[in-house]
Amino acid sequence: MDFEYFTQLFFGGLTRGSIYALIALGYTMVYGIIELINFAHGEIYMIGAFTGLIISTVLTMMGMPAIAVMVLAGMAAIIYSCAYGYTMEKIAYKPLRNAPRLSVLISAIGMSLFLQNYVLLAQTSDFLPFPSLVPEFEFWEPYSHILTSPELMILSTTVVVMILLTILIKFTKIGKAMRATSQDKMMAALLGINVDQVISATFVVGSATAAIGGVLIASHIGQINFYMGFIAGIKAFVAAVLGGIGSIPGAVLGALVLGWTESFFTGYISSDYEDVFAFIFLVVILIFRPSGILGRSQIQKV
Amino acid sequence: MLKLKNVQAFYGNIQALKDISMDVKEGEIITLIGANGAGKSTTLMTICGIVPIRSGEILFEGQTINKMPPNKIVALGINQVPEGRHIFPYLTVMENLDMGTFLRNDKDGIKKDLDYIFTLFPRLAERRNQAGGTLSGGEQQMLAISRAIMTRPRLLLLDEPSLGLAPIITHQIFDIIKKINKDNKTTIFLVEQNANLALNVADRGYVMENGLITMTDTGKNLLANEDVKKAYLGI
Ligand SMILES: Nc1ncnc2c1ncn2[C@@H]1O[C@H](COP(=O)(O)OP(=O)(O)OP(=O)(O)O)[C@@H](O)[C@H]1O
Ligand SMILES: [Mg+2]
Repeated sequence: MDFEYFTQLFFGGLTRGSIYALIALGYTMVYGIIELINFAHGEIYMIGAFTGLIISTVLTMMGMPAIAVMVLAGMAAIIYSCAYGYTMEKIAYKPLRNAPRLSVLISAIGMSLFLQNYVLLAQTSDFLPFPSLVPEFEFWEPYSHILTSPELMILSTTVVVMILLTILIKFTKIGKAMRATSQDKMMAALLGINVDQVISATFVVGSATAAIGGVLIASHIGQINFYMGFIAGIKAFVAAVLGGIGSIPGAVLGALVLGWTESFFTGYISSDYEDVFAFIFLVVILIFRPSGILGRSQIQKV
Repeated sequence: MLKLKNVQAFYGNIQALKDISMDVKEGEIITLIGANGAGKSTTLMTICGIVPIRSGEILFEGQTINKMPPNKIVALGINQVPEGRHIFPYLTVMENLDMGTFLRNDKDGIKKDLDYIFTLFPRLAERRNQAGGTLSGGEQQMLAISRAIMTRPRLLLLDEPSLGLAPIITHQIFDIIKKINKDNKTTIFLVEQNANLALNVADRGYVMENGLITMTDTGKNLLANEDVKKAYLGI
């Protein structure tokens, strides 16, 4: 077996999985809090990529150094996507808080179509070239045949995001409120937690990680279009379900497993059916573990 | 301290509260008794802002609270231990207690209250790192009451704290309710199926039937009342 090829596929899968993880977090956190599959989440990621493109084009024309462009474009994308995520919850989901779940799901699909077409009309249906924002790091030169600088950037950013998110959820007031709210909304309210605020915060956090994923992948692949959120969104959703929807470590694990599966299948078997593997894999896992890899089966709720 | 004036509440088309008026004074223990489905839990939920009222008024220390969201009502010093305990199943005992301090910032006071709880319920101290959902029913009830104490309520609403508990644990819980009423000057609003026990600890009681208050008197007088004896004490 060719070891170098194997490591390339391994890291390729890891990179892919990291991006899926950044998007999957938004699905799983929102599901954990309001039991909604937010179909429009992929679009938040797409909007992040578009914002990143627009801002980075402007800043590059102004002659800024690549690193500064990357950071500023990333921050703009986060802010923009968060604003969209926040607003989306307020207009499409909050009014339906006590409605049947099907109504909310339809509202989510509507939101997704609306945002896609909005970007289609406001921007273009063509693929737009996205500048590579990550410079070739000189210190990384000796290893770049296994893992490129942009891939290294994606991996390390993902690790940092995961650490920050863990700190947020475990130790901050809003993070504790999120955990409590996801387990028992009424009791959370009875202890003085503003449940609406917690839900908004969840959408904002999920949108931020999706925006980071959007900018990173756009810069890595080099092109974007209005439709990019759809397939990435579905893959991330698969990852979230795979890991056990509602579970944050589950989403990350599911995303990595999916990334590796895709990478190794396309690398060793065939690249024609790349997108099919994801779904075959999902079906197989769910047959054996219906609640996902790290999902909780319904245990005692007294 | 707390006043309910002609409160009506509905679930869809079903009227759960028809015309409820109550008056709770500071420092009292009052109890609300009544048959299954009478509307006791609903009454507590309207006070906390979880179930909206259709007409009438609820006042806490002279302030109208029936249009406030639950988190604002809690911030005024009202706390409820709801029916069924509602422990956060995947949070540890410590984390559940910590959620009780969500609106507090006084580190020293929190520390003191935690020590107080662990002397009341040494068992919770032993199990501080266990997930709430894996506690026994009695332990969960202790945790639910402790979490409420951690909010430092001035008015504590308790919905059937004796439900499903062995008599010896029930007595222990009732002793503690009396103790927090005395130690912390917490006003207690107790909903109970166990009318005998409740009327014995309460200063005053209300009897509820089908969404209406049908009787109110001191705990002692209600215990001696023939109708109450027949309907609720099984004598
Ligand atoms: N969420 C709900 N939706 C519809 N009806 C409800 C709901 N909650 C309570 N009810 C109805 O309202 C009435 C009063 O219920 P409530 O829970 O207040 O009774 P309760 O006095 O607490 O009874 P118990 O002693 O059994 O706990 C009942 O007829 C009940 O069926
Ligand atoms: Mg009840």
